[in-house]
Amino acid sequence: MKPVLQARNLVKRYGRVTALDHCDFELFPGEILAVIGDNGAGKSTLIKAISGAVVPDEGEVWLEGRQVHFASPLAAREHGIETVYQQLAMSPALSIIDNMFMGRELRKPGIMGRLFRQLDRAEMERFAREKLNDLGLTTIQNIRQVVETLSGGQRQGVAVARAAAFGSKVIILDEPTAALGVKESRKVLELIQDVKSRGIPIVLISHNMPHVFEVADRIHVHRLGKRLCVINPGEHSMSDAVALMTGAMQPGQSQAA
Amino acid sequence: MAASAVKGQEYETSLSQASTSIADFEDHRTGLVYRAQNLLHQTPSLVPLIVLVVSVLVFGALLGAKFFSPFALTLILQQVQIVGILAAAQSLVILTAGIDLSVGAIMVLSSVVMGQFAFRYGLPPALAIACGLGVGTFCGFVNGFLVAKVKLPPFIVTLGMWQIVLATNFLYSANETIRAQEIEAGAPLLHFFGTKFTIGGAVFTVGVVFMVVLVFVLAYALRHTAWGRHVYAVGDDKEAAELSGVRTDRVLISVYMLSGLICAFAGWALIGRIGSVSPTSGQLGNIESITAVVIGGISLFGGRGSIIGSLFGALIVGVFTLGLRLLGADAQWTYLLIGMLIIAAVAVDQWIRKVSV
Repeated sequence: MKPVLQARNLVKRYGRVTALDHCDFELFPGEILAVIGDNGAGKSTLIKAISGAVVPDEGEVWLEGRQVHFASPLAAREHGIETVYQQLAMSPALSIIDNMFMGRELRKPGIMGRLFRQLDRAEMERFAREKLNDLGLTTIQNIRQVVETLSGGQRQGVAVARAAAFGSKVIILDEPTAALGVKESRKVLELIQDVKSRGIPIVLISHNMPHVFEVADRIHVHRLGKRLCVINPGEHSMSDAVALMTGAMQPGQSQAA
Repeated sequence: MAASAVKGQEYETSLSQASTSIADFEDHRTGLVYRAQNLLHQTPSLVPLIVLVVSVLVFGALLGAKFFSPFALTLILQQVQIVGILAAAQSLVILTAGIDLSVGAIMVLSSVVMGQFAFRYGLPPALAIACGLGVGTFCGFVNGFLVAKVKLPPFIVTLGMWQIVLATNFLYSANETIRAQEIEAGAPLLHFFGTKFTIGGAVFTVGVVFMVVLVFVLAYALRHTAWGRHVYAVGDDKEAAELSGVRTDRVLISVYMLSGLICAFAGWALIGRIGSVSPTSGQLGNIESITAVVIGGISLFGGRGSIIGSLFGALIVGVFTLGLRLLGADAQWTYLLIGMLIIAAVAVDQWIRKVSV
């Protein structure tokens, strides 16, 4: 089977800091790939490099067997890669609808849209409401409210709903449950399964081992700027995974007890 | 271990009985102050509107028919038209969390180019005006390019451009004024914005109409088009906007170019207002436009406020200026009161923001 999204030999340096050191990455169709690693291991940089938010200094990114160069997140999005960033990428003073459609607004049909470029608020609202309902975000009282009045979990829900609504080839989630309560985390995990059942592969970056082991098909262990190994959650324990990513254990080795 | 991972979420079993009703809170903070704060948070231009209405009423009560006449009230419009147009340009830039100190200088240079191209080179007035508009837009482009691509702070970029454009203006014009009679005879189109028409006792000029139409067109664009939403998003959080897929560079450059173009229109209106083309006019345009924007309730931190507010802001300054002059007060009283208004406006802005956090 060929990977949907593949990266070879990615290198990214920030001044004297090497965030990515000849890193490889593969995502196969229909799978959930978890990416785990210590703080500062370069997980976020890896994600940014494949989602267009940073341009790698060296290396190649391949999408569906073709090499791609993403100069911006918009370019990646146009190729069907949606990302939910840890810092959520929302404009606090704008409404939920404005944020969901940021950069891909719908215009009214006919002359109002073409000539006066008027936004189709009604249609955007309908679509956003539908997507939020799918996610079970019932605690949002008013879809026109501005994002800064939402709680952290609600913002996360909106961001995930945005990615799920528009992602067609790959969805990347950077720490999607980090700021969430028990119930919201469950919703997000259900959504991840739901997206997977629609055949869209997901990259999940998380520090939450129970969540990772629950949903992931494969686990990419990131250490010191590169892929240390890929493990199968069925064959390894959570403590193995933690040992690998912290350097307490080498790949291939199995921990006693 | 792997098996326990799958059933490791036993504590979540009670979730199946979790409440599914939509959150509904009774808001106990129903005091008048709280409701006012909330209302103002939703419609930020309400504060300057209230100040405007109150100040008109107060001066009207003090001065009677001398102030409360169609003539006097429309005189205010004529007096603020230049600042009002510049404030529209300034609002766009400030909404992106920038500032444009070069608006006045771009206005003067554009008007000088319009005049000199028509008289020094004998170009047809329409073409000379087009050149002036082009020069203004180009100055805006340079600002936008330096801010968006070279990533310099807008304050520094436009501080530099202010000096550069002003110096260019004096060097190019050789400090020479083109008199009103010459313009009237040679290129009356330059006076177009000064064309007067009366409705009852009210006197309007094309420049006044242009100012009002411009503000409403921009208000529409900011609220109802994707570009407008992007302007707010860039001012709110540039990095988040970038990650959401907004081409922030393009948005910034388009805003500064549009600001330059509007300043050039202000230059055209300036010729109509003062009659002549003078390289020494309009020097305080930058400060006056920032004053109008701030009193109009647009946040200097970007992303918040309404452009209609800056029109009200400009009108407030106009009402105070004319009202105090008719009262026979020293002009310094105007500056003193405007200064207090600026500080009060920012204090109100901070207070309104508290509603959300």
